[in-house]
Amino acid sequence: MLSRPLFRFVSDDKRIPFMRGRYAGLATSAILSLLSVGLFFVPGLKLGLDFRGGIVVEARTQGPANFPALRLALAEQHVTAAGIQRFGADNDVLIQLDTPEAGPQQEAQTQKLVDTVRHAVTSAQPGTQILRADAVGASVSRELFRDGLLALGSSLAMILVYIWVRFEREFAISAVITLVLDLTKTVGFLAITRFQFDLVMVAAILTILGYSTNDKVVVYDRVRENLRKYRTMPLRELLDLSINETLNRTLGTSSTVFLAALPLAIFGGHSLSGFATVMLFGIVVGTSSSIFIAAPLLLLMGEKRLRRDSAARK
Amino acid sequence: MMYYSRLRMMGVLGVCLLGLLLCVPNFMHAPAPRMPWRQIHLGLDLRGGSYLLLRLDRQSLAADRLQTLMDNARQALLEKGLGYRDFQRDPARRTMSFLPRDPSEAEAARKAIADMPQAVSNEFSVGNGDDGRIVLTLGQDAIAQRARDAVTQSIEIVRRRIDGSGAIDPEITREGDDRIVVELPGISDPERIKALLGTTAKMTFRLLAPGAAGSVAPPGAQLLPDVSSGQTLPVQDHVEVDGGDLTNAGAVIDQQSGSWAVSFSFDHAGARAFADTTRANVGRRFAIVLDNKVIEAPVIQTPITAGNGQITGNFTAQSATDLAVMLRAGALPAPLSVIEQRAIGPSLGADSIRAGAISLLVGLLLVMAFMALFYGRFGLYANVALIANLILMMAALSLFQATLTLPGMAGLLLTLGMAVDANILINERIREEIKRGRTALSAMQVGFERATGTIVDSNATAFLAHVMLFVFGTGPVQGFALTITIGIVTTLFTTLLLSRLLMVRWYALTRPSELPV
Repeated sequence: MLSRPLFRFVSDDKRIPFMRGRYAGLATSAILSLLSVGLFFVPGLKLGLDFRGGIVVEARTQGPANFPALRLALAEQHVTAAGIQRFGADNDVLIQLDTPEAGPQQEAQTQKLVDTVRHAVTSAQPGTQILRADAVGASVSRELFRDGLLALGSSLAMILVYIWVRFEREFAISAVITLVLDLTKTVGFLAITRFQFDLVMVAAILTILGYSTNDKVVVYDRVRENLRKYRTMPLRELLDLSINETLNRTLGTSSTVFLAALPLAIFGGHSLSGFATVMLFGIVVGTSSSIFIAAPLLLLMGEKRLRRDSAARK
Repeated sequence: MMYYSRLRMMGVLGVCLLGLLLCVPNFMHAPAPRMPWRQIHLGLDLRGGSYLLLRLDRQSLAADRLQTLMDNARQALLEKGLGYRDFQRDPARRTMSFLPRDPSEAEAARKAIADMPQAVSNEFSVGNGDDGRIVLTLGQDAIAQRARDAVTQSIEIVRRRIDGSGAIDPEITREGDDRIVVELPGISDPERIKALLGTTAKMTFRLLAPGAAGSVAPPGAQLLPDVSSGQTLPVQDHVEVDGGDLTNAGAVIDQQSGSWAVSFSFDHAGARAFADTTRANVGRRFAIVLDNKVIEAPVIQTPITAGNGQITGNFTAQSATDLAVMLRAGALPAPLSVIEQRAIGPSLGADSIRAGAISLLVGLLLVMAFMALFYGRFGLYANVALIANLILMMAALSLFQATLTLPGMAGLLLTLGMAVDANILINERIREEIKRGRTALSAMQVGFERATGTIVDSNATAFLAHVMLFVFGTGPVQGFALTITIGIVTTLFTTLLLSRLLMVRWYALTRPSELPV
């Protein structure tokens, strides 16, 4: 049994003329990315504790959480919470506080505040377990933010250099433009879904970039090979051929990565499901951009340069 | 390409077997005898515990140093017979300044300061301020160097204090120039540790200024708050006995009052100083000062010559023990403040492990089903490689004692999705070659060959991106990057060597005329 494959995504003889829709694809992508950039400013990203600083306390009460009692207990300690909310089950409470006003004692105050909140919560509903209590000072959050962006930027730069060295300039530039388009859409997705943007999300975005690059490299690899093999084929046809030839692989790998991340989005608990959901979004975006964006960009940029001889013949 | 030497085969299988062995401890509860015992090191987010990031207070370090320099400067000027007035220090600007008695002596005073025997070379510069003041500025580098030294010293003291508190397996590491990371597995409420580390514990024994009880401190004394009465007491600046001379301290129950107290004993020098002071000052009040707060100020009844004593503040069992721990561990060279704290309860960690394990299992099954349905026999081989990959990743994590974090588990899962990519590339390539009319053997050969270049290119970019992530990331992100980086290496091994081995062996044994792709 199973000695032969049972399914294929597309039959091997199928030739889908992807390049015919190149302008539609690029336009759609550009619009979506522009919208995403807009979403980045309004309503903006919901910064997580790592980048915003402040306090997050997660508690699990015995029996359903008594929110009025919790609010009262905090008010008695003169603590103004930015948010007290349920997450997941009935007895799981999430309390968030912003960093205290700037000042020399700010970080010490943040630390004192987290202890106060802990006590208030456990005294308001006896038997409450503190699941997590994090407090990040303002200076640390600024550093974490800077480091996160540095990691993103240097990864992009490394990818650019690698593709430039291994392929040619046109490949590297179109790959990085595609990646930037992918990146902006992911940011837009984050803004819409209101998932918290924290260090773990930076990891998710970097994984998406790595994965998306991987996809593009496979298509480009084939393009480069076909450029040598079919010396007279117009670039447009050649790109269509290359995409079609790698289509089963592109869809196959996307599916396996999607399937691997899917359970995490479902069972990962609230801390990882956001991460995994963003990954799922990124896989779809990365796969479609490999087909509809990266190759058309290569066509626009390389029509003259990569295929000088055939262009001259026409 | 289609031939595997026996040696190479054994090598590949040997690595897999070794991986399996290294993996075993993770599934056992107790160490097995005569076995290299290395389990995957779980991050605090998975096993519960606290993470504290402490920062050394550079300003206070600078203030201390300025104070010492000020004392030295007075001394140096006196020795040269030069007068001075109005000494001031400004720790925020790292400066200290004074006015020479006579402007004509300014040059001589400047020279005297620059030639101070106690001055460390290039530690400070001497210049002119407003109104003829002579200004001494501490160098940025000098403070940085002091901060580095102070952190090294503090780590030792922090370690002793935490060990004294009974925490199990704490990890204390320095970070950058002026920071210390403290990781405390199993302690999900770090409040006590924070208090323990937030105290410098500089203890001094000083006399109270005679006769004064007003709101203005007499010269050579300063007003310090008294913890027990809430008043302020005029305490002399001169330190009679320093807490650094203590040899031991412990929490005891006071025989007379029945409440908690801290007993201490001095070393030889401390005992002599203590005896001399108490003998000469019977009837006066003697203040025990901890971090500029008076804990207790008893009247000296009789000279204490035995070299030990007792502090009876308002202690509880806990606070007496903690003070004793701090006194034994020694004073911190500068205050440490907590600037980041993350505490995870054990139940949340267990929840996360469960969620991760379920996701891992379901994800694995989904990917395996996909491969079997889409690639038949070769898909099954890919699945064998996939399981081997998971085992090798766990083995590598155990071997390197890398810390597995929650995002790291996500990384493990995603690697599983990406791991079969190489197999898909190979299979698709073989299929194409068959379509082009190659024979089974030649299709496999050419397919492998051509796919390898692509596989290397696509993995190299992912590898680079994650190495960057590891370099610039911190904490959980690093854990994630590390698992993926390990995953890329093991993936290349299992797909390029193991699954290929299976395919090649199958071909060699059956010699099929067509391939199941």
